[in-house]
Formats: sequence, structure tokens, C-alpha cells
Amino acid sequence: MEGAYKPGWFARSTGLIVALYLVLPILIVLPVSMTDQRFLSLPHESLSLQYYRNLFASPEWFASIAQSFWIALGATVLAVVSGTLFAIAAWRLDRRLVNLMRALMLLPLIVPSIVYAIGLYRYFRWWDLLDRIAGVIIAHGVTGIPYVVITVSTALAAFDPRLEQAARGMGANLSQLLRWVILPRIMPGILSGAIFAFIHSWDELVIVLFIASRDVFTLPRRIWDGINENVDPTMAAVAVLLVFFTVLLLLADLAVRKKRDG
Amino acid sequence: MQARNAGWWALLMPAFLLLTVFYIAPILQVLSISFTEPELGFGNYERILTNRSVQRTLSTTGRIAGITTVLALVLGYAIAYSVTMASERARRWWILCVLVPLWISVLVRAFAWVTLLRRQGLINEALIGMGTIQEPLELVWNEFGIIVGMVHYMVPYAVLPMLSAMRDIDPRLMTAARGMGASRWTVFSRVFFPLSLPGVLAAAVLTFILSLGFYVTPAILGGGKTLMVAEWISVQILDLIRWGFGTMMATVLIVTILVTLGVFSRIVNMRRLFGGGH
Repeated sequence: MEGAYKPGWFARSTGLIVALYLVLPILIVLPVSMTDQRFLSLPHESLSLQYYRNLFASPEWFASIAQSFWIALGATVLAVVSGTLFAIAAWRLDRRLVNLMRALMLLPLIVPSIVYAIGLYRYFRWWDLLDRIAGVIIAHGVTGIPYVVITVSTALAAFDPRLEQAARGMGANLSQLLRWVILPRIMPGILSGAIFAFIHSWDELVIVLFIASRDVFTLPRRIWDGINENVDPTMAAVAVLLVFFTVLLLLADLAVRKKRDG
Repeated sequence: MQARNAGWWALLMPAFLLLTVFYIAPILQVLSISFTEPELGFGNYERILTNRSVQRTLSTTGRIAGITTVLALVLGYAIAYSVTMASERARRWWILCVLVPLWISVLVRAFAWVTLLRRQGLINEALIGMGTIQEPLELVWNEFGIIVGMVHYMVPYAVLPMLSAMRDIDPRLMTAARGMGASRWTVFSRVFFPLSLPGVLAAAVLTFILSLGFYVTPAILGGGKTLMVAEWISVQILDLIRWGFGTMMATVLIVTILVTLGVFSRIVNMRRLFGGGH
């Protein structure tokens, strides 16, 4: 790069140390999950996969993983469909009122989930949605909308509006315009949004703590119980799988972005 | 023209209705309960002035959020600076170091800190093994543990707005300043740092408002002894069934956050933050 400026050793080593502070504590769960001891510790004599066996043999953990997966999938569909349509229309209309609505869409990123969770706890009783999978899907879907609105709006910023006018001029109606002109061009943005909406639901705990009791027992809720009750190395095995899964999704997102940019 | 736009307006509706019915409505209900239960009026709010538990929670929350914000800014600045100065290839790794922790489950991270910090945790074991200490240190289930975990959570959020501000700084400015004989420190303190300030301010607002309402990390690493606002609200609602009291605090929390955000809204751009890493 022209005019490159190299930082000194102090800046570089400080940055490195902070990066280690961010990453190392997360990586520590890997050796702990393979401990040969009966409590949370580093392996003493040999590596053991017994806690992974525990995990895969446990019907409770398995049921929670499956439930979380289906909830996240449902919430992602809800967020992606409504969020994408919203972002496209907001981009096209671009009025003050619409921009206000768009700002409203970002509220779930700012309002603490505890406030929303206690609200839902009361509100869902009317709708008879407490402790229902459908209720959790709605709650996670609605709070996932901002991620989709943001990624799709970013993708639309690079979209040439003349393409739309041309398609209109040739007689395309709204649904043809969406399906053949707009959606294909912003697909990477939609996929990015879908990935983030999925991770959001998959990891969400606070809302679930309030609106679920016996029937809905998602993975984060089971981890929460595990941390608060019996901390055994099986938890570390779960943590490793979750880290692995998240990194995989993030790499998928990076690949999608590269395709979009390149 | 109007008829053509009607189609676009219709597309706005699914998200707008979902948000109004299933997000805004329950939150408005929270706000209204704070004025109506147990009786109509400002009774719940008067307790801010009289109730010790409310005051202690508010001051604990303000203190922890403040300390967390300052530490996250300092640490985040070091990372953002390194990313900005890194070569194109190295930059990708740096950004991964920020994005991966950002998206790793908050529970996993809190769990990792419990593993490290508890009495029989890895850090205490190591220190005792080396003979540095005799008795295990109290590293968790107190304010120290909460702050360690919260800073770890907030650093990536602090990095992103600072990074986006630093990327707008022309690197030739620093080269020029060096060329004219300024020391590294002068270049940083007189040229780079002032230009990066808007990003620092945005990061400060963001980490502060996120810290205020944080639930999971303080609940796990605080061990129920040090209550921040979010956990206090949950205790009021779930354990003590005092809805008026709990929703009053929730309202105070929301108003504080929205006012902070409103004051700084020109600087903080939420869309840019999550908009895609560049």
C-alpha cells in the first residue's frame, strides 16, 4: 500500500496480547473437554473422549439440540422473509416515515432482552404461547429481524436502481421484479442475514428463561442449568461443539461475502 | 404512481406488524405495568429515592458498566489499531480474532471463565502449583469476575466502531508526520488519536448501553451476590412476583439507554456496526 505506516513494537505487542485475551479463554474448553479427571480440569495423564460419549449418549442433550435447531430454523425463516421484504420496500420507498420504521426495526438490538423477556412472559399468557415452540419461534424471529434488515440493506446499497426501472419499463410486475431482478442480486446479503438470525436464535437464553418451562428446553437453557447446578466436563464438550459450529457458520458467512465482493 | 407504491407499502407490512404486535406491544405493557401495579401512580418510582436495594443495584450497575466500558475501550483500541496497521493478509486473521468471540455463545464464554477463575479453577491450580500462592484467590462470584467476563464480551463491540473510524484515516498523514521529524508517540497522540476519537466515542456509547442491561454474564460470574439491574429485575419478577417494582426498573433501564443513545445518535450508527465488517 502506498504511504504505508508501520506501528512500533509496543502497539503490535499490546494488540497481540489483547487478541490472546479474546481467544485463549475460549480455546481452553478444548483440553478441558478431553480431561481424564471427573471434574473440570486439564487432562492429567491421558486424553479421554468419555465426555463426548456422555454427551452423545444423553437423550436430554440430544433432545435439546434438536429442539434448538428447529426453533432456530423457524425463527430464521420468519426473520428472513419479513426482514428481506421490509428492507427492499424501505430501500425503494425511502421516505421519512419509512426510515423511522427502519429505525424501529433495530430496537431489538438496543433494548435489553430482559425487558422484552418479562414483557413476553405476561403477554404470551393471553396468546397461550407460554412454553410453546411456536412462541419461542415468534420471539426469536422478531428479534432476529434487525440482523436481516441490516445485511439486506447493505446489499441493496450496491444495487443499481436503474435495473429496477428497466425491468418496470419492460412491463415486469412487482413479483416478477422481486423474483428475477432484485432477489438474485442481493442473495449474499440475505444469506448473511439468515446466518446471523440463526446464530441469534440458537444462542438465545434470556427470553427462553422466561417464556419456557417444561416442554421447551432449548440447548442454551440446558447449558444454563448445567452451569448453575452440576459443573461437569460434559459441559466443556458441549461448549467445544458449539464453538466449532459457530466458527463453521462464520466461515460460511465469510465465503458468502467473498463471493459478493469478488 | 400511488397504486404502484401500494405494492411496496404492502411489503413493509409483515415485518412491521410482527414487530408491533410481538415486540413493541409487550414492551409497552412493561412500561404501563410500572405505573399501574400494585396501584395507579408513581409509587414504584418513589422507591428509587427511598429503597436501599434499588439504589445499591443502580450504583453497582453504573459502576460495573463504567469500568467495563473503559477497559473494553482501552483493550479494543489496541486491537483496532493493530488491525488498521496490519497488512491486507494479516488483517483477515485479526478480524477473525474479533468476530469469532463476538459470535460465540455468551454462555460458552461465561462457562470458560468459570473454568478458569473458580477456586479449583485452572488459574488458581496453576498459581498454587507454582507455589506463588498458598490459598486460592477469590477470582469469581464477585465483582472482579463479572468485570473480567463482561470486558471479554464487550471488547469486540468496542473494536468494530473504532475500526471503522480508523479505516477512514489516511495512512499518508502519519507517514508525512514521521517524515517531518515527529516521534512515533507524537504521531500517535497528535495525529492518529484525535482523528480516531469519533470512533472511540461511538464505541463508548455502544459498550456502555450494552453493559447496562446485560444479564447472562453477570448472573453466572456474579454468583447471585452482586446483582446488576437485569438480574435484579428477574429476581423481582420470577422469585418475588413484584411486577410493579420489576417493571419500574425495566423502564428506568430503557429510558436511560434511549436517552444515552438519543444524545449520541449522530455519532453512533448501529447499521454500520453490524453492516458487514467494512
